[in-house]
Amino acid sequence: MAQSAAPPAVAPDAPLTLPVRAILPWAAFFGILMLILLYFVGAEGGTAAVFSGEGVHEWVHDGRHLLGFPCH
Amino acid sequence: MNSATVRTLLVRGMLTGIATGLLVFGFAYLVGESPLRSALVFEAAHATEHGPELVSRTLQETAGLATGVLFFTTAFAGIAALAFCFALGRIGRFGPRVTAGLVALGGFVTVFLVPFLKYPANPPAVSAPDTLNQRTALYWLMIALSVLIGIAAVVLGQRLAPRLGNWNATIAASVAFVVAVGLALAFLPAVNEMPEGFPANVVWDFRVAAAGMQLLLWASFGVIFGHLAERVLEPRTTTAPTQQAAPPQAAPAPH
Ligand SMILES: [Zn+2]
Repeated sequence: MAQSAAPPAVAPDAPLTLPVRAILPWAAFFGILMLILLYFVGAEGGTAAVFSGEGVHEWVHDGRHLLGFPCH
Repeated sequence: MNSATVRTLLVRGMLTGIATGLLVFGFAYLVGESPLRSALVFEAAHATEHGPELVSRTLQETAGLATGVLFFTTAFAGIAALAFCFALGRIGRFGPRVTAGLVALGGFVTVFLVPFLKYPANPPAVSAPDTLNQRTALYWLMIALSVLIGIAAVVLGQRLAPRLGNWNATIAASVAFVVAVGLALAFLPAVNEMPEGFPANVVWDFRVAAAGMQLLLWASFGVIFGHLAERVLEPRTTTAPTQQAAPPQAAPAPH
């Protein structure tokens, strides 16, 4: 209802936030780790194979199709 | 409210990803494998040459599918948990559960729905092998663009909120998101390699299954992670005294 037109100034009951500098180290390290995981599902084998051959591609093949990644 | 909290939320996010991955795997096995098998039947009837079978179909449908799905859900749940840490208290006055729901909605739209509109999921035997590199690059580019436009829209909404109010700022940011995404969809090259005679119902069933998996993933992530995050943050949100402002009400009178 009538949202008591909150002024932009920091309200006394500011909501809980997590400081960015506490998040960044985790985001940098785990963000990259997660992207590597995704790479194996979504790209390894076809485009740029880190491991030789099609083993990884064949293993995750059905998931690659059903998760929406390009395949054959 | 520090590094340890972020770590706890990240771990819980990834555990949520494993739990939702099991759900999504069950759904994919029951709903997605059927059109996938039909596509392989079409392929077998039309293929000219066949490579050696490195992994048996039974393994691909079970352990292989589970591996792919669990990698995907765990990775995106971890990323979404980190996005939650950034979003909490910064996208509006929402508690952990609503924030988790909004992050999940953003993930579904930017990571899946927008790329899917341009480059929808395809069953086997639909795409030309020699365009795989190009299609893979375009798909990842579409995800990256969509996520970046989504983040830009959220920042835009934050900037506009003081001037326009929360409701109008949200609408303005949403319109900006739709317009920018629409331009990206319009200008990225189209891919259409559907072979002659490929059964249309198989493509439809396959895409419905693919969309269902993503809906299940992001919806269950939002619900489960929201619950877990609230249990991490609740003691702080309810007891954290904000500055030294005297509470409007006196301490509860002893009986
Ligand atoms: Zn394939």
